[in-house]
Amino acid sequence: MHSIVKTILERLGLGVLTLFAVSIIIFSAIEMLPGDFGEAILGQRATPETVAAFRRQLGLDQHPFVRYIQWVLGAIQGDLGTSFSGRNASGVDRSREVVGLIAPRLWNTMFLASMTAIIAVPISLALGITTALFRNSVFDRSVNTATLTTISFPEFFVAYILILLMASLYPVFPSLANVDADTLIGERVYRTALPALTLTLVIVAHMMRMTRAAIINLLASPYIQMARLSGASQLEIIIKHALPNAWAPIATVIAFNLAYLVVGVVVVEVVFVYPGIGQLMVDAVRTRDIPVVQGCALIFAVTYILLNLIADIIGIITNPRLLHPK
Amino acid sequence: MSKDKTSQNILLQVKELQIEGFSDEKWHKIIKGVDLTLFKGEVLGIIGESGAGKSTLGLAAMGYTQPGCRITGGQILFNGENLARLSESKKRKYWGNRMTYVAQSAAASFNPAHRLINQTTDSTVRAGLKNRNDAFKEARKLYEALNLPDPHNIGNRYPHQVSGGQLQRIMTAMAMSPNPDLIVFDEPTTALDVTTQVEVLGAMRSIVEEFNTAAIYITHDLSVVAQMADRIKVLRYGEQVEEAETRVMLESPKEEYTKSLWSVRSLQKKEEVEEDIVLEMKSISAAYGAARVLFDVGIKLPRGRTVAVVGESGSGKSTAARVITGLLPPSEGSVMFSGESLPAELKNRTREQLQKIQMIYQMADVAMNPRQTVREIIGRPLEFYLGMKGELNRSRTIELLELIDLDESFIDRLPSELSGGQKQRICIARALAANPEVIICDEVTSALDQIVQEGILQLLMRLQKEFQISYLFITHDISTVKAISDQVVVMSEGKVVEQGLKSIVFSPPHPDYTQLLLSSVPEMDPDWLTNILKKRS
Amino acid sequence: MTEKPNTYSALSEVGAIRENRTIFANIKISLLKSPLTARFGMVVILIYAVVAIFAPLIAPYGEAEVFPIPYAPWSSEFIFGTDQIGRDIFSRMVYGARNTVGIAVATTLLAFLIGGSLGLAAAINRSYLDLVFSRTVDVLMAIPQLIFALVLLSIFGSTVINLIMIIAILDSTRVFRLTRAVSLNVVVMDYVEAARLRGEGLGWVMRKEILPNILPPLIAEFGLRFCFVFLSIAALSFLGVGIQPPTADWGSMVRENASLIQFAKYDLKAGITPLLPAAAIALLTVAVNFVVDWFLHKTSGIRDE
Repeated sequence: MHSIVKTILERLGLGVLTLFAVSIIIFSAIEMLPGDFGEAILGQRATPETVAAFRRQLGLDQHPFVRYIQWVLGAIQGDLGTSFSGRNASGVDRSREVVGLIAPRLWNTMFLASMTAIIAVPISLALGITTALFRNSVFDRSVNTATLTTISFPEFFVAYILILLMASLYPVFPSLANVDADTLIGERVYRTALPALTLTLVIVAHMMRMTRAAIINLLASPYIQMARLSGASQLEIIIKHALPNAWAPIATVIAFNLAYLVVGVVVVEVVFVYPGIGQLMVDAVRTRDIPVVQGCALIFAVTYILLNLIADIIGIITNPRLLHPK
Repeated sequence: MSKDKTSQNILLQVKELQIEGFSDEKWHKIIKGVDLTLFKGEVLGIIGESGAGKSTLGLAAMGYTQPGCRITGGQILFNGENLARLSESKKRKYWGNRMTYVAQSAAASFNPAHRLINQTTDSTVRAGLKNRNDAFKEARKLYEALNLPDPHNIGNRYPHQVSGGQLQRIMTAMAMSPNPDLIVFDEPTTALDVTTQVEVLGAMRSIVEEFNTAAIYITHDLSVVAQMADRIKVLRYGEQVEEAETRVMLESPKEEYTKSLWSVRSLQKKEEVEEDIVLEMKSISAAYGAARVLFDVGIKLPRGRTVAVVGESGSGKSTAARVITGLLPPSEGSVMFSGESLPAELKNRTREQLQKIQMIYQMADVAMNPRQTVREIIGRPLEFYLGMKGELNRSRTIELLELIDLDESFIDRLPSELSGGQKQRICIARALAANPEVIICDEVTSALDQIVQEGILQLLMRLQKEFQISYLFITHDISTVKAISDQVVVMSEGKVVEQGLKSIVFSPPHPDYTQLLLSSVPEMDPDWLTNILKKRS
Repeated sequence: MTEKPNTYSALSEVGAIRENRTIFANIKISLLKSPLTARFGMVVILIYAVVAIFAPLIAPYGEAEVFPIPYAPWSSEFIFGTDQIGRDIFSRMVYGARNTVGIAVATTLLAFLIGGSLGLAAAINRSYLDLVFSRTVDVLMAIPQLIFALVLLSIFGSTVINLIMIIAILDSTRVFRLTRAVSLNVVVMDYVEAARLRGEGLGWVMRKEILPNILPPLIAEFGLRFCFVFLSIAALSFLGVGIQPPTADWGSMVRENASLIQFAKYDLKAGITPLLPAAAIALLTVAVNFVVDWFLHKTSGIRDE
């Protein structure tokens, strides 16, 4: 058991290191801004005093190292600074806390992502495994061509086709997914149906193809032929011989696609005007509201790194070679 | 060992079997109408070179075809049923029950996720032949009969926790567990070192005899099949060449092809003494990182002679070659060439020094750039070392091709357009192009079929006579050593165990390891295994 | 040459030998055997190339030419109608082929130049250089690409040059990994060792021994990366932070005309207008994917059962 703990600790250490490096990159976003960005944000009429006050408030008069420490400590305690917007030339400051902007939207995004994952993961695993088993059948070929086509579609194309069909021509679902904190769960599911469906279509195509490849790879192992020759039925081969060795590749596939989902959410939220953090981030990029961009990017990156870390750890704890060292 | 050969005693009968495989967008015939009859309790050996279709035939005897293959004609009669026409679910009741299979690579054929004893007894329990407890007890008895260490507990381990030779024996136990009528052994000892092979062969044979199980034993190694089989069937290009009782077949093969297979072993060079040393490894020690692999190795190569370095995997014989070529600088000692010390590192050697020592590899496939034509492959050293360009380069390339028994028509071919033996010849021509004094041959024949091997060895000997080239010949195969060497170096675990003239090394008394190694090499005598096991016990 | 059956001769030795054919003969045979999907893909790619190259000849109006009627319906004058400020949608789509595809191709080329050369260098060098590059790439890849691109665009602003640079650098991480991986497979081959033992210089080994052998997977990867880059740029433009107006671009055209979808019930043609540029994007990616799929299948030598 000792070596497995060691491997996991190593992987966790690596994850922390990656997080550290990523946080530096995101932090330095503000360092790379051109010198006159204060004027750009506060407007042409801003006086040198208000600009200086703004810079002081951001801590730009301090050493970057000190600011990084403050920023990270703040982020850990849930303080991501204040938004650039809401300030004006006269020094009036109606800016809002970044966390306050992000929190309700983060919940919305997580709701959409989880809803998609709940639908997409079982479907893609089932499709991936069946196509791998009935390789080169008509079923496999048609699913393959269909998914190859779907992964070639931009997300917004899928989204607008769905809107055209299911909202515009045959109004089954609303084309705008406007929800707020008071929306009841049933209503919420109804309104997020189209965004969730869009994401599902895109994700299923990717995840199914990867699952199929992983399973085919596994079924080509000599020990699977051996199992067949020792009289094991197709079902037994899958459950008893393939599955115990499939956790690692399947976990990787799921993590990869959930991470992809996190990103795919951005475009879909914009199409459906869904109040999630993807849309918040895009708006912030357009107005160059750096603190908000930083906050959103940090959340996306942390989720992404965590998902991959979990997949790695599942791979480690299901590896018989590590589970039963020599 | 006489078997009752009446028709009631027939276990398996294959008639006019035809199998095709799909490759290069086409169906190719692999088995072209082969008959096979196996009596109860009999061991049939199937031998043939690569591409003969022997594994395909062996698996087909169980009614199994590999993915990408199909049975297009003929019958496989077992227990009154034609397996060629049976659905997989019907065949499944025979597999792992009445007929079992032992694969070539045990390490890859065990599921890494399950304990060995569970895998050993899996099919027995599934078929309802025994309950789990009895099957476990039986398996432990089999482990004991197969001379496995700690037979009571070894089954609790996982595949990666035991050695290759042990896994192969456990796989035999797995095949024996349901007490089948037929076992198909598919090259079960090919991946093993010779000293391990003896024990595995002995264990497999005694257990098959004890249970009076019929078996099909597939191999490319004549001397191995001579130990195991009652009857031998020779295959070539998917067709039967001949079939006879083992002793009859060994003493008087009928067909030309079979005779040519037999004759390979007779090739033998007369050793010659030479005092002038062209290359010398002086007390070399070397390591990969922290792992030390060579310990105080000293080898002398006389001019115009062949020194064979023999040893099993992990003996350090290939590492010695890497030290000589400068790929792995030694931690101690030096390499002398014509009395001068060579720089330890490749990059410090002059072009002339590099030119004088050439190398030929085991796998000709990966020793040639698949995107270069024969002209580029042979022409490059001519240009690089000798400055030959244009027409001069071309005419010298053709000369070299003729030296290796090929002709001008090969000059624009890519490696993929050559056969295995032709590829190795091109590699020899490439080495020859540099006008070397020493050629290091790293297992150059071990990936080739017997008959092709002989051609390559004869070519190498002819070139040696003609150009006074010295060979350092690295191999694990004792018959190759006997065939071409003047001197022999025996290596084990990074040390030189014994070295000297061939006649001296191959005649007793031997150091312990040499004794073990030499006595483990199977001979064509069908009683060899019996005798050697008797002697050792 | 007299041959007796069953005696050995190196000249007549047969094995799994392929016929000796010229490159053109091989290409011709491959094309004749190509599946329908791949042929479809090749035709589509050809058409796009023609449209992109001859855009000014094909488009009836200028790229930014504004007419007084916004949202004009489909007609013989305006094949796909006009957009929200009265520009001819068909003309903008034709120019879009040049802009969107051109920018994506340039970005992919740049990504391959950066990632490919660094990957090759890392694979051959295998020392601190490899370590530094590989760790850097690990960190860069730990941030989702679209998110990273958004952060960088918010800092540097959305100009075409910035867009190309940012996406190319971010995408070069994947090219780096692939090039490094396939090169490492080739570097360990005996023929590379044989060249080194011969005393060949690094440049020769890279050019003659390694590059020709890593080319097929890299060509396939070029197709896949192009699709990815193309979709990324389209997504960014769609989000309004990519290619900026008045440059005609398919991603932003979808966004600008999206509101027309609501009218699908009354005028189906108007309703599907915003889908046209999206479909143009999808069609090209599908086509490239089909061709790459076939190419991979062919060159990998691995055949499905």
